[in-house]
This record gives sequence, structure tokens and C-alpha cells, in this order.
Amino acid sequence: MTLRQDDLHTAVWHALGTVLDPELDEPITDLDFVASCTVSGDGVAAVRLRLPTFFCAPNFSFLMVADAYDAVSAVEGVTRAEIVLEDHHASEEINGGVAAHAGFVETFQGEADADLAQLRRFFLEKAVVAGQDRVARPLVDAGVGPDELAELTLGSAPASPALDRLRERRAALGLPADDGAALLIHPDGSRVSAAQVPLHLRRARLTRLGIETNGEFCKSFLKTRYAHTVGTG
Amino acid sequence: MYEKNGEKYFVVDSHMHFWDASRDNWVEGREKYAKGWIDCFYGYHQLAPPKTLWEWDKYLKVSADDLMRDVFEEGHVDKAIFQSTYLKYWYKRGFNTVEQNGAMLEKHPDKFIVNGRWDPRDGDAGLKQLEEDAKRWNLKGVKLYTAEWHENGSRGWKLTDTESYRFLEKCRELGITNIHAHKGPTIWPLNKDAFSMDDVDQAATDFQDLNFIIEHAGIPRIDDFAYMAVQEPNVYAGCSVVIGALMHARPKFFAKVMGELLFWVGEDRLTFGSDYNIWTPKWQIEGLVDWQMPDDEAFTDYPRLTTATKKKILGLNAAKLYGIDVPQECRLPEPPSIPQQPGEQLVDESTPAGAQA
Repeated sequence: MTLRQDDLHTAVWHALGTVLDPELDEPITDLDFVASCTVSGDGVAAVRLRLPTFFCAPNFSFLMVADAYDAVSAVEGVTRAEIVLEDHHASEEINGGVAAHAGFVETFQGEADADLAQLRRFFLEKAVVAGQDRVARPLVDAGVGPDELAELTLGSAPASPALDRLRERRAALGLPADDGAALLIHPDGSRVSAAQVPLHLRRARLTRLGIETNGEFCKSFLKTRYAHTVGTG
Repeated sequence: MYEKNGEKYFVVDSHMHFWDASRDNWVEGREKYAKGWIDCFYGYHQLAPPKTLWEWDKYLKVSADDLMRDVFEEGHVDKAIFQSTYLKYWYKRGFNTVEQNGAMLEKHPDKFIVNGRWDPRDGDAGLKQLEEDAKRWNLKGVKLYTAEWHENGSRGWKLTDTESYRFLEKCRELGITNIHAHKGPTIWPLNKDAFSMDDVDQAATDFQDLNFIIEHAGIPRIDDFAYMAVQEPNVYAGCSVVIGALMHARPKFFAKVMGELLFWVGEDRLTFGSDYNIWTPKWQIEGLVDWQMPDDEAFTDYPRLTTATKKKILGLNAAKLYGIDVPQECRLPEPPSIPQQPGEQLVDESTPAGAQA
């Protein structure tokens, strides 16, 4: 592999790192969903993806393959992206659909009545709820009460990777993400009042637990399924 | 019955199977689905303590003797409830049909309860079958699998479908009061969240005289499930998978999930299920009786489990749902204390202002 190819490979890997499992809200690279990733001398990036089970929901699977295709295609120097999902009950439809630039509805004719933007939004909203727990929980544990929590803004909350991530997700949804925006908000972006804080945080913790528990399942199933084949990235 | 430290636990395994995933039961041309299905289950199986694990071939199908030993002789279970699951799209004779389960009931009438099933897409023929099954097996419950693939090309259905309501009304008429619903992937239409709880919520409101036991506590939508259950008194959390998949393999997650369920759903609406043959019941029952919420800071505001809590979860709650006679020595003093469901109070306090939170 030449140096240029090395750089290109790194760039492709970074691009894959921007692709999230929409349900788990984690990059597919961290989840070990990338079985292999190679870049040829003429700039063709070939990526094989794999999932924890044969029956993983086809809508999430489609989103990951399509997002990987878009992210890798956009890398400067990549002349063609070949993204293949392996060992899945809908591999054939998904791979064919993404390669042909067909949308989800077209790929699953008769089985889907709308594209996946709404589904993606639904899970991003969950990620924003869960993210509020990630940022606020350490403060709650340190004794910060509902009145103070309701007044906290993104600018006044302690800096952390969780806070950055929350800002990104909020921005993606078009929710206020600037320094002056309240940390605790309802799904419509409105501020959570001090009286609402206890229930709001209880629900945020529950939502986060749901996402993280699913993540634990997915990781163990993937490990069992591919016990003898480590992803080569 | 399981006895520990002088306490006697009456055990109802309210969610278990006697499945046949053996190769000669795979539908020709659909082998990859039949294998894919049992492979998924085998993934769950790996989350049990290593000494309880089986080889893949054994996992395909156990014998009747294996089941009787695993569940009753070694497994402490007093009464086991078969949840029939068909999956005939890829298992020729079905995965575990009412007939397969019924054969065990006929041999051991005092050990089992057989739950039936229905599928709204089967229409009038399905209604007739349900009536026959109800009569033959004295059905008190059904297992509904909303993600089942159908020969008509459909990949699933919802409890709120018009046809589903005809079946729910038939259940009411036949005295089938326990509706065990399981959510799975690949439901139609594919662009929606396959695990959405909205239909359960609606059906539970419209059929308040029926109990809706949501298996696996709605995992992977435990958040939506718990927040729905806090508001629907006839919704229960089936703890199959919660215990089997988390207690050993992910103890901290198990503690949090149990904590949330106790908070939102409450100890009077949690039911134990081993999910045999995914896992054997013995280690799950013994483990739960020995288990307690960790003392770490992160768990301090979750309810702790009392002996009474464990007795309810392991058998008394399900016994109530199914009218199973519990020996005097295993009962709790009546009347039970105030329902332990802290979440309900929090929701009440915050309503209506917090309702949109």
C-alpha cells in the first residue's frame, strides 16, 4: 500500500466513523460492524458491513448501508464506493437498492410506504433525551437541585464529550444548540420547568438505559456470531 | 417450589417453549430463515452461565424428558405456561404449536398450562381455530407474535388492526383474559419502528378487562414500554429475557432494568418467565432469589427487593392472572400492601405539566 493509499484508507475509515447505528446512536466503527475496508490503487473503496443478527431490522440496516455509501463516496480521492452488507435476511435487496441509488420505498416495494427520514428523526429525538441524562446525571449526583438544573444552559454545563455529542444531535434536529440554550428541553425544544425536572430526568435516564441495554445486546450477539473473525477495518 | 432460608417460593414459569428447530423441520428453500432464527436465539443462549450452555445441535430440539428434568425436577418450577409460536413460514410443522405443547399437557395435566395463539391475517378460519383450541385446551391466554411472516406476503401486523379487534373480542367472549404480546423486527410497513408500543397502548385502553403481558418487558423499547405501563393498569411486564439475558451477563444493566421496572411498572405487575428452551430456569430462579439491588451510589434511588417482591415476581402474580391455586405455605398475607409503583406517583404529581416531558 502506498502512502497515498494509506491516507485514503484513513480518510475512508474516518468517514465510516461518522455513520451511526440510528437505534444505538453509536458509530458503526465502534460497534465493530465494519468487517473489512480496503481501498484500491485507483481509489475504489470496498467496505463489507456486518450486523449482530440475521434478522436485524431492515430499516436500520438500510440506513447504515446508505449512510456508509454516502460518507465514503464523499471522501476526496475515492472514485467509487462499494458497500456490501453481509449475512442478513435482506442483504440482497439492501445492497442492490443502495448501489442503484434507490430509496428505501423503491427498494422494498410494497413493504414500505415512506422513506426513513421520520424513523431517523424518531431515534435522534431519543438520543437527545438520553443525552440530557448523560450530561445532567453527574450534576444530580453532586447534589444540584431541580431549580438550578432548569436554569442550566449548554454554555454553563461542564464541558464533556457527552455535552458535545448532545449539541451535535440537537443541531441535527434543528433544536437550539447554542451556549444560551437550556440544557433540559422537551422534544419540541421548549424549556423544562423546575417542577418538571424530576419526571423529565427519570424519563431521560430510562431512555438512555433502553438505548444502552440494546447496545449491550448487539455487542454480545455480534461477538458470538463472529467469534472467529475479528473486523479488519 | 423453591425453598431458600426458610422461605418458600411458588414458581410459575409464565413464558416457556418446547420448540422444534431441527433440520428436518426447515421449509425447503427457506432454510436460511429457519437457521437464522435459531441462530439468533442461540446468541441469547450464550448470555447464560457457561456451565448451563448447550451444544448447537441439542439446542435445535430437546426431548420431552430433557424438558421435564430441566424445568421441573431440577428447575424448581411448579407450573409452566407454554407460549405457542408457529413460524410456519420457515418451520414446516411449526416452531412450537398448540398441538406440540398440548401433547405435553395431556401427559402431565397438573404441570402445564397451554396458551394458544391467533393471527388476525387468518380471518374467519383463524377465529374458528381459536374457538376450537380454546375448547380443547381450556385456553386462558394467548401468545401473539406481531412480527410473524405470512404466506400472503405480509411481514407482520398490529394489535390495533381492525381484524385484531375481532380476535380480541373473541378472546373476551371465550374467557381468554391473558394476552401475551411479543414484539419482533421486520413488521410491516418496514419504514416504521417495528417495536413501537403504540398498538399495545391503544388495545389495553380499549380492552380493560383483558391483561396485556408484554414479553421481554418491551425490550428493545423498554423505555416506551415502561412509560406506557405506568399509565395502563392492565399492562404487565413479562420478565423473560430480562432475567435470562442480563442477570448473569450484564449484572449492572440487569440492576438498572429491574430498578426501572420496579419503579414504573411495580412489583405487582412483573411476571417471571425462563423462556426455556432459550435458557434453563434453575439458575434464573436461584439467582433472582439471591439477588439484591447493588449498594453502589448509582442504584440508591431504585426500590430494593423484599422477599415478598421476589415471591410475587416468581409466581404469585402469574398465579393470580391464571387462577392457579397456590399452597397456603407459599402465599403472602392478605390483603397485599399498597401497590408499590413509585413511578405512578411521580407521573400524577407532574401531570399535566410534565405530561409532554
